Amino acid sequence: MTDTVQQEAKRLAQLLIDVAADPKAALRAHLAGGRKVVGCFPVLTPDEVVHAAGMVPFGLWGGRKNAVESTKYLQAFCCSVMKANVENGMTGVYDGLTAVITTAYCDTLKCIEEVWKVAVPALPSIPFVCPQNRKDPAALDFLESAFARLAEALGAFGGRPVTEEALEKSIAVFGAYRAEARRFSLAAAQHPWTIPAAARHGVLKAAYFMRKEDYTEILAALNDALGQIPDEREGKTGVVLTGLMAEPNAFLELLPDYGFYVAADDLVHESLQFRADVPGPEAGGSAARRLAMRFVGVDGCSLLYDDEKRRGKRLIELCEAHGARAVIACMMKFCDPEEFDFPLYSKELAAAGIPLLPVEVEQNMAGAEGLRTRVQTFSEMLRFG
Amino acid sequence: MEQETSKQMLDRLLAAHYSEAEAAKREGKLVAWATSISPQELLETMGITTVYPENHAAAIGARKNAEGFLARSEANGYSVDICSYARVNLGYMELLSSPAGNIPLPDLIFCCSNICNTVIKWYENIAKELGVPMILFDMPFNHTYEVEEGSVRYMKAQILSAIRRLEEITGARFDEDRFREVMRVSTETARWWKQASLVAAAKPSPMNGFELFNYMAAIVCMRGKADGTEIFRRWAAELEEKKARGAGPWKDAEEKYRILWDGIACWPYLSDTYKVLKKYGINMVTSTYPDSWTILYEAGDLDGMARAYSSNYVNRNLDFGVNNIAGLVETFSLDGVIFHSNRSCKFMDFRQLETARQVEARTGVPTVLFDGDQTDPRAFSLAQYETRIQTLAETMAARKGVGA
Repeated sequence: MTDTVQQEAKRLAQLLIDVAADPKAALRAHLAGGRKVVGCFPVLTPDEVVHAAGMVPFGLWGGRKNAVESTKYLQAFCCSVMKANVENGMTGVYDGLTAVITTAYCDTLKCIEEVWKVAVPALPSIPFVCPQNRKDPAALDFLESAFARLAEALGAFGGRPVTEEALEKSIAVFGAYRAEARRFSLAAAQHPWTIPAAARHGVLKAAYFMRKEDYTEILAALNDALGQIPDEREGKTGVVLTGLMAEPNAFLELLPDYGFYVAADDLVHESLQFRADVPGPEAGGSAARRLAMRFVGVDGCSLLYDDEKRRGKRLIELCEAHGARAVIACMMKFCDPEEFDFPLYSKELAAAGIPLLPVEVEQNMAGAEGLRTRVQTFSEMLRFG
Repeated sequence: MEQETSKQMLDRLLAAHYSEAEAAKREGKLVAWATSISPQELLETMGITTVYPENHAAAIGARKNAEGFLARSEANGYSVDICSYARVNLGYMELLSSPAGNIPLPDLIFCCSNICNTVIKWYENIAKELGVPMILFDMPFNHTYEVEEGSVRYMKAQILSAIRRLEEITGARFDEDRFREVMRVSTETARWWKQASLVAAAKPSPMNGFELFNYMAAIVCMRGKADGTEIFRRWAAELEEKKARGAGPWKDAEEKYRILWDGIACWPYLSDTYKVLKKYGINMVTSTYPDSWTILYEAGDLDGMARAYSSNYVNRNLDFGVNNIAGLVETFSLDGVIFHSNRSCKFMDFRQLETARQVEARTGVPTVLFDGDQTDPRAFSLAQYETRIQTLAETMAARKGVGA
């Protein structure tokens, strides 16, 4: 019985992993279905607004691409994620998208919107600027008008008018997705044999490229299947991953070799997307107002101003809550916000007695063999240290 | 007694700026650290002693003392890839002693994101490490040409919130009349700063533009003070007098070419970078910088103040950046533009390559880009710099039809 369920879980997970491995195929499928697709830059975009406009939000988080054309605009010390986005835009990888929503969460992203207008003129961009002083009540007003501008811009590209009713429905769709994603995060942690680190990443990543309704349906079935499989954690060591994103896959594939599984993540690319919900009607205000509250409510992210700098505390709580023995920091090279957070949370983790392994990653790195020794040494240190 | 020159006044007041801050701290008065283009009017109104870590880091860099501070922050886990002002300051925060002068630790920090988001991260860390309150003014990047009204409203709301927080922190009332006066003085200082910088439009320029880098300390630290106004009023008068005499930037050399410098100086190599330019008869007559502190609005007009702070050129879109430089090429009769690709400042860097192309296409003047850093001496090569400047000089000479 367990074997059959496990096979079913693996089959469902693979459906999603395949989508994550080939976003271009997912895009083609959307276009073949007559859907308009809107690219969404890191780190948070109001995807509910895109959905309510009858379009598909499609995550654009770089890829394994070397900078060639983009060197015309960006110096070598730009992060690999943004170099890859510009490169993809310039080389036609994003052809078929109706528009892209750019963001301004860091200094690089602010520049990318400006570069994009010149470098990728055929693919229109819509800038979305999230305020940083999010606890100031004025930030909610600012966000609401940003959503309204976005809805208007999407309308110009064939999007439906974003009515209150449509936005409420979209909020419900995304609420269901986030609930299942959180459930999956817990379920995957208990089943590192069925869902090893790289598979967990692939399953979560697929959310960026699919209609949320379709994704949630498969994910819910996967969660149900995982719920029937006994706990697989024995003898393995749980870690919490933190950082912008845990790529390339080659790095994640190293983890099971040394008995590591992902007990929880604190990655911008993964759990940040689903850890905060849009509050329900009891919070008061229109759908747009409540959507704005979600942006205000996300804490502990390097790209969002946090007056209390909760990141270290969050990581300690995550380790405690999920039985993780250590933290692995996936340091995306040239990501300033992440590099600023590192010294502080590393100190807090040390004070809490939680070991930390920082690894420097770039999306287009040739392989992760160079990191193998570090992961191996870390595992030995945990075992004997 | 002969009147002090603007330079003497600058040196005296800068020394006083640092010593008074230390005295204030000793006396138990509140000290704030603020970013260089923040609404200092609020702090000045409340009588809070304010120092500027960027300014201090630049001074440490110029004294060639950055390495020890950089090493300390890097030992604490800061990547060499982040802003070197931040690394110097975060190192200083622990070492607290510098030959370039000292600043007391803050009781409050004041951060405005119109210059970059990096300051948010940097100041967040200071606040956390020292356990002091942080007041943030977030100025959304302007992807539109003009600052949008929504941004002005958001900014104004933050100024009002900051006033309330300052009242809570100090237990003192915010004096509206005093505020109005500080607003007036700040605008007046900014006008004289602009006025002085514009004298360099004369041919030859009576100003050797690297003086801008020196006087910058005063526009950062003393914009809200009457003394600050006086420094720039005097400097403008001195430059006008030189201009009337037809005097150029140097006594021992002629101004052959006039250029704009985009970006921050390479403080550890200030003199080297200057000498290479002078060797080729190149005078930096302007920079994209001066307008950063040309923060003009009517006293009492909070909307105007909010808009002025949001309007800093670096926080504006590419079209604005290109128009700005193209306008300066005309106003200052420039022969070329130098872009400092500053490893510390991704915000300035990642628009430079396109800005340079558009400026060249629009104005016909040649541009050159060199790699450097504002305070980290390891990220600059004098040989590369000189080669690029030499190339620029040759191109400018060819355009003018004269030998370099």
